[in-house]
Amino acid sequence: MIEGILIGLNTALSLKNILMVMMGCFFGTIIGMLPGLGPMTAIALMIPITYGFDPATGLILMAGVYYGAVFGGSTSSILINAPGVPGTVATSFDGYPMAQQGKAGKALAIAAYSSFAGGTIAAIFLLFAAPSLSKVSLAFRSPDYFALMVLGLTAVSAFSSKGQFLKAMMMAILGLMLATVGQDTLSDIPRFVFNNMNLSDGISFVLVVMATFAMSEALTIILKGTDPSSAAKAISLKELGSIKLNKEETKKTLKTIPRSSVIGFIVGVLPGAGSTIASFLAYGMERNFVNKEEKEKFGKGSVHGLSAPETANNAACSGSFVPLLTLGIPGSGTTAVMLGALLGFGIQPGPRLYMTNPEIFWSVIMSMYIGMVILLILNLPLIPYIARILAVPRTFLIPMILFFSVTGIYLMSFNTFDIFLMIGIAVVATGLRLYKFPMPPLILAFVLGGLMEENLRRSLLISDGSFSFLWDRPLTAIILAFTILIFSWQSYLSFKTK
Amino acid sequence: MKISSVKIISLLFFILSAFYLYTAYQIQVFAFDEDAPFNAKTFPIYLGYTGMFLSALRIVLPEKTSEEVDHKVLDYKKVIFLVIIMIFYGLTILRTGFFLSTSIFLLFAYYFLGERRWKWMLLFSFPFVALFMFLLHGVLDIYLRDPLLKYIGIIG
Repeated sequence: MIEGILIGLNTALSLKNILMVMMGCFFGTIIGMLPGLGPMTAIALMIPITYGFDPATGLILMAGVYYGAVFGGSTSSILINAPGVPGTVATSFDGYPMAQQGKAGKALAIAAYSSFAGGTIAAIFLLFAAPSLSKVSLAFRSPDYFALMVLGLTAVSAFSSKGQFLKAMMMAILGLMLATVGQDTLSDIPRFVFNNMNLSDGISFVLVVMATFAMSEALTIILKGTDPSSAAKAISLKELGSIKLNKEETKKTLKTIPRSSVIGFIVGVLPGAGSTIASFLAYGMERNFVNKEEKEKFGKGSVHGLSAPETANNAACSGSFVPLLTLGIPGSGTTAVMLGALLGFGIQPGPRLYMTNPEIFWSVIMSMYIGMVILLILNLPLIPYIARILAVPRTFLIPMILFFSVTGIYLMSFNTFDIFLMIGIAVVATGLRLYKFPMPPLILAFVLGGLMEENLRRSLLISDGSFSFLWDRPLTAIILAFTILIFSWQSYLSFKTK
Repeated sequence: MKISSVKIISLLFFILSAFYLYTAYQIQVFAFDEDAPFNAKTFPIYLGYTGMFLSALRIVLPEKTSEEVDHKVLDYKKVIFLVIIMIFYGLTILRTGFFLSTSIFLLFAYYFLGERRWKWMLLFSFPFVALFMFLLHGVLDIYLRDPLLKYIGIIG
């Protein structure tokens, strides 16, 4: 492991990669502050740029964007009560009241220290857990992988938006359907190409991500007439006050961080759960841990109440890398985008990544620490200035997002058909968003489609066409049982209300 | 009886899944693969059935809460306009080249979203695209076809 850490440090500490983390954190913070535009959009816009780099650098840049976006979301939550990402909603419960009491600087500092500590502790867990889990996951066979992917899709659909399970499952199926367009990987038989040569290679992953996130979010903002940059304008005018914490505040923060880190990491590892659930769970748990007097302060500017969700959502971000790096199966929409980008580099994450590409595996883990330090040292004092840069009117912001989306896909294929297909998918996605059809399950399914078919193919061939592979191995049966449990429970919830 | 928009979307998804399933059955597999436990159409067939099942379930199950959208407050005009200029952008990018088509796209998009500060609009169109192209050509070494700039002699 020491050797791996050194390899990782060597890669992550190169001047180029440090610059990438800085750029990623900076860019991510900007996007994260904009309500409506989350880490997935930020990462999607970065993908075409990363293809010019080596895989390690590309992934380091994306990891920086991810952390930056989560931090940016906290900033708008605390200062103007407008969470940029769902994972920071719980932060606003106590962060905003603190800002109203004139302690905005302190609230931001608590959020930054908690994020730093949560992310760092979780990265240490990841450091030890990932190699061991990689070894365990070598015991996984095709039926287990297939069952795990079905569980991942079901879990993401169940947790992606409350009460929208069937809609989310429909989106997952749509994602899988889109993934089958093009030549079959084994037999090269064209499927769903309708005699169109442009479709024979399938639909590009970047195209789908750009269309369903960056472009469709830009169109949704225009459709609803919202102005995301108004949040930034409000932040840039805000007086932050001191960012120094006193002894008591430090003590409270230090008490909260360890327990919330554990909760965040565990929830982050679970497929589909992610930082939103982690932050709410940590907030609720913290309320039970503190004494009665502190409990009264929750919702009115409690240090514990601010520190807990901030620690947990960053710990969950690190945790979500565990299934991606060890099993090659992303547990969230954001890590699904990263998996897609890695596949674009020709790298298959999974248990063997640890052995075949140790520089990628370890440099990503090491860059997490560097990212946390950069967020703490650079972004915290620069928040009002970053917000000032961001306060561009939407009349400039939206055309820029559309320009980067169209150019991004054009630069990858130099084919105008892809531009038209992207516009078509973005229009459909905008309509679906309007009726609360969630997009993360679609992306996850699109990324997993090929792997899922491959594992189903192997499983069915081994079992001679019988579906007994689903219960022959105890591990497959257990994973499948969880899937059935989630599906039945969510379907029951959909049915129960009337 | 008023049918909710979500149910209509679910019905459309049902039709899409049925069409997908029909197309999946039409996939021509190799003769020796026809009776294999798994061939090129197996997975799509399962997906087609699952899509039909889920959308049917969504149509049949009662609505939890009203999910209707107030269309009066939505700005369809601007979105339609943006889509049209993006299509136009896609149509012209190869013919007129990246520089001119992108700059005009940005200029039109700013204008129709309500921007009227011409100085900023011009700055963030032609010079911005020129800088972007310089970064692509000069720094990242990515070639962009541009007949106009080639004709003028700016790029080779």
